[in-house]
Amino acid sequence: MAVILDALVQLAQLLLVLALAPLLTGYVRKVKAHLLRRRGPPLVQPYRDLLKLIRKEVVLAESASWVFRVAPYLIFATTLIAAALVPTFATGLVFSSAADLIAIVALLGSARFALALAGLDIGTSFGGIGSSREMMIASLAEPAMLMIVFTLSLLAGSTQLSSVATFMQGSEVGLRVSLAMALVALIMVALAENARIPVDNPATHLDLTMIHEAMILEYSGRHLAVIEAAASLKLLLYLSLIACMFTPWGVATTGQGFAAYAIGLATYLLKLAAGGFLLAVFETVTAKMRVFRVSDFLGAALMLGLLAALLLFVSQSA
Amino acid sequence: MVLTVLLSCVAVLLGTAVAAVAGAGRRATTPFVYSIALVVSAAALAVAGWALLGSGPADSVRLPIGLPWLGAHFRVDAVSALFLVVINLGSLTASLYGLGYGRHEPTPGRVLPFFPAFLAGMTLVALADDAFTFLLTWEFMSLASWALVMAHHRHADNARAGYIYLLMASFGTLSLLLAFGLLAGTSGDYAFDAIRGAVPSPIVSAAVLTLALLGAGSKAGLVPLHVWLPLAHPAAPSHVSALMSGVMTKVAVYGFVRIAFDLLGPPAWWWGAAVLTLGGITAVLGVLYALMQHDLKRLLAYHTVENIGIIFIGLGLALAFQANDMRSPAALALTAALFHVFNHSVFKSLLFFGSGAVLTATGERDMERLGGLIHRMPLTAFAFLVGSTAISALPPFNGFVSEWLTFQAILVSPNLPQWLLKFLVPAIGALLALSAALAAGCFVKAFGATFLGRPRTDVARQAQETDAFSLTSMFVLAALCLIAGILPGYFIDALGSVTQQLLGAQLPQQTGLQWLTIVPIAESRSSYNGLLLFLVIVAAAWVTAYVIRRWASGALRRAPAWDCGFPDASPMTQYTSASFAQPIRRVFGSVAFHAREQVWMPAPGQTLPARFHVTMRDLVWDAIYAPVETAVSWAADRLNKVQSWTIRAYLTLVFGAVVVLLMVLAVWQ
Repeated sequence: MAVILDALVQLAQLLLVLALAPLLTGYVRKVKAHLLRRRGPPLVQPYRDLLKLIRKEVVLAESASWVFRVAPYLIFATTLIAAALVPTFATGLVFSSAADLIAIVALLGSARFALALAGLDIGTSFGGIGSSREMMIASLAEPAMLMIVFTLSLLAGSTQLSSVATFMQGSEVGLRVSLAMALVALIMVALAENARIPVDNPATHLDLTMIHEAMILEYSGRHLAVIEAAASLKLLLYLSLIACMFTPWGVATTGQGFAAYAIGLATYLLKLAAGGFLLAVFETVTAKMRVFRVSDFLGAALMLGLLAALLLFVSQSA
Repeated sequence: MVLTVLLSCVAVLLGTAVAAVAGAGRRATTPFVYSIALVVSAAALAVAGWALLGSGPADSVRLPIGLPWLGAHFRVDAVSALFLVVINLGSLTASLYGLGYGRHEPTPGRVLPFFPAFLAGMTLVALADDAFTFLLTWEFMSLASWALVMAHHRHADNARAGYIYLLMASFGTLSLLLAFGLLAGTSGDYAFDAIRGAVPSPIVSAAVLTLALLGAGSKAGLVPLHVWLPLAHPAAPSHVSALMSGVMTKVAVYGFVRIAFDLLGPPAWWWGAAVLTLGGITAVLGVLYALMQHDLKRLLAYHTVENIGIIFIGLGLALAFQANDMRSPAALALTAALFHVFNHSVFKSLLFFGSGAVLTATGERDMERLGGLIHRMPLTAFAFLVGSTAISALPPFNGFVSEWLTFQAILVSPNLPQWLLKFLVPAIGALLALSAALAAGCFVKAFGATFLGRPRTDVARQAQETDAFSLTSMFVLAALCLIAGILPGYFIDALGSVTQQLLGAQLPQQTGLQWLTIVPIAESRSSYNGLLLFLVIVAAAWVTAYVIRRWASGALRRAPAWDCGFPDASPMTQYTSASFAQPIRRVFGSVAFHAREQVWMPAPGQTLPARFHVTMRDLVWDAIYAPVETAVSWAADRLNKVQSWTIRAYLTLVFGAVVVLLMVLAVWQ
């Protein structure tokens, strides 16, 4: 019985992230519009976009191979699984023993691998530019992310995300320099990974500086819908990750009952709203960087992560 | 029993090599040689696998050949059984591939005799149980592979590759010779049993470790001894490239493991630091070199350098833990390294087979002249994609599992007491993460430039799918990549007897765990379940596809690419492998290779094309090899004068030399 309930919590988690992801994207756009004194599209616009896209026909380039058609589903599936592994309103998920934090990073890496290949599949210069820059960014963002993972798991003594989140809820954490550095690095990585300003501009088209949008330029119809959904999921994933690591208040543990879940859910939504608001403010007040400044930005993230891990290595003894 | 079968296999292979010389020029020789190699490797694989899993007592024999007072000792224990599995799995698939690929060989007489000899040489190295036999078979293996590198010797690049390979192989064997000389000590007993019994002084151990790193490292391709590898591996026929890159480098790892973990006695902590540093540098530089290549086979060869770095990171961690008597972390690190040995041999062979198929179909190794092959060679493309995903350490394939285990070993290392290691290990972790991320970029480039996009030349446009033998062999390896990725528990358990023999500890039994999860240390600490992850990803992708199919519009129209409204008619305007690597070259290459880009624009009004030029320097070559080359030439020039001396001068020289030697002897005693 308990196993079934736990599985239900895991399933609820999966459906929750799926349902919330477009809303978060719409919310960030709305806040950004308000900050610019525009009214902006309604909150549900991303859902409408997705619905509209899946009703449209797909216009497929003549040189496209099966990689181009399979990639959206693989990207969506890996991102969804990774997102379902990050605790939102409850920790101790059933599925969490299958993949730890390192595996979650690698799952996102798989999604990126598929997306970059799809960008090259048509054989256009825009697709190539997007894939090439995406892999350059990933070559710094991924090690930075792994250094953050090292820091967190050295503190918690575990790479399991559930255990780390539970540890963060405990009282023995305290304020630590390495945690602060890890948080800053994680925010920088999250901005880069989600193609946000200052690394990339999610609203740009027909611009030589675009990265993510350049890779998916040839996508249309249902394929584009699936990819857009995956991109929203990824943003949600990173916000949930930051939330469950650095603001672990209110998160329930599996098996605590519905009252705890309800509190967890309410606090989770609050955290998302706060996170999305901060993201919108940051994006509004920051200018986009030149592409080759991104390496400095992410290099700083990598160094912060390494420094955080190094501090822990040195301070821990046998 | 095991040893008898394996030695008979070697005898059959050597006999086949002789028969291939006799049958040179006949058409039937090619299938004959590869079929025999196939059957013999299968037998050896089965026996070695049985020896590894059965973990019975070590089987040894002394044959009355070789040095009269020593004989030739052979032995199979868990360590050699593991490497025999790797060697013979590679041999098996390479022979199968050769059945198809060998038909296109223009000069079979230069390949067929040496192929079985090479296989026999590698098996013998893993079987050798005394220093003399080890060195003899090691050199035999090197020479056989050198002959294969020189198969297409009329190509100027290949001749240079062969020359550099010969120099580096001689250097490596010389280092190993000195290492074994020090190990055997003054008593001069070269049997491994006697060496194991002796306890060398710390200075001798340090010298032996350095020499072993030089000797085995030069064969494996540790930076800065890697220079021959990207020249020689691609020069050989593709199935031999696969063997050299996927398997022979593992024989070198075997040599290092045998000396450092088995023969040399208890390690000192700084050995771990030295090996870790070399491994970390090798991993990152290897992948950076690979990213700068546009020759597909050379890119793969540089990737071998990277993976050897990853393996040595694992070995270095194991040495560091073992020196501090931390048995189970040492077992974890060694398991990670050995699992990566197996994994790399599988996906690197697969990728070289794929590049061979491309080479046969188009006659091109240059990725700038390929493209769009996924339409013409769909099966090869699929197998190559699996190999690319696996080598990029992405789940659910096997490369991820061994890197995950290495990361787990790194996360245990704050408990190491030495300060240098505390500082070094996280930095090495960052280098490992960096190399994994760059490898993914590199294989997006390799697969994308070769198989995706539009064909850049006519040869790519008219390519044909490769033969059934080659495809079977690639798909067997692709299946192994997936199986080792989703069921790693079985493979980790198989390595248990090896770590038990070398370190006296092994990882807990994995296969009995629920859902086939792997738990290297403790459930609360970390666990990974490739099978579940794979099934869930497939299920999620399938459900998404089903939902979309059920409710979305199924309409699809083929049209010219949109490309933001500027479709380019010529396929030459696609992103090439060089342009793909350009951002990474700018970020990392400006430091690592002193890469400089120059743009020359014509003056306004002039109708000349703009020019773009990139210069890169190989700093390792410039810093180490070029000075040596200059010094040797300088000394040779000076010595050249000796040639035209008079007889009196020669006699004076000889007399002087005798006097000096006698004086040295007198002072020495």
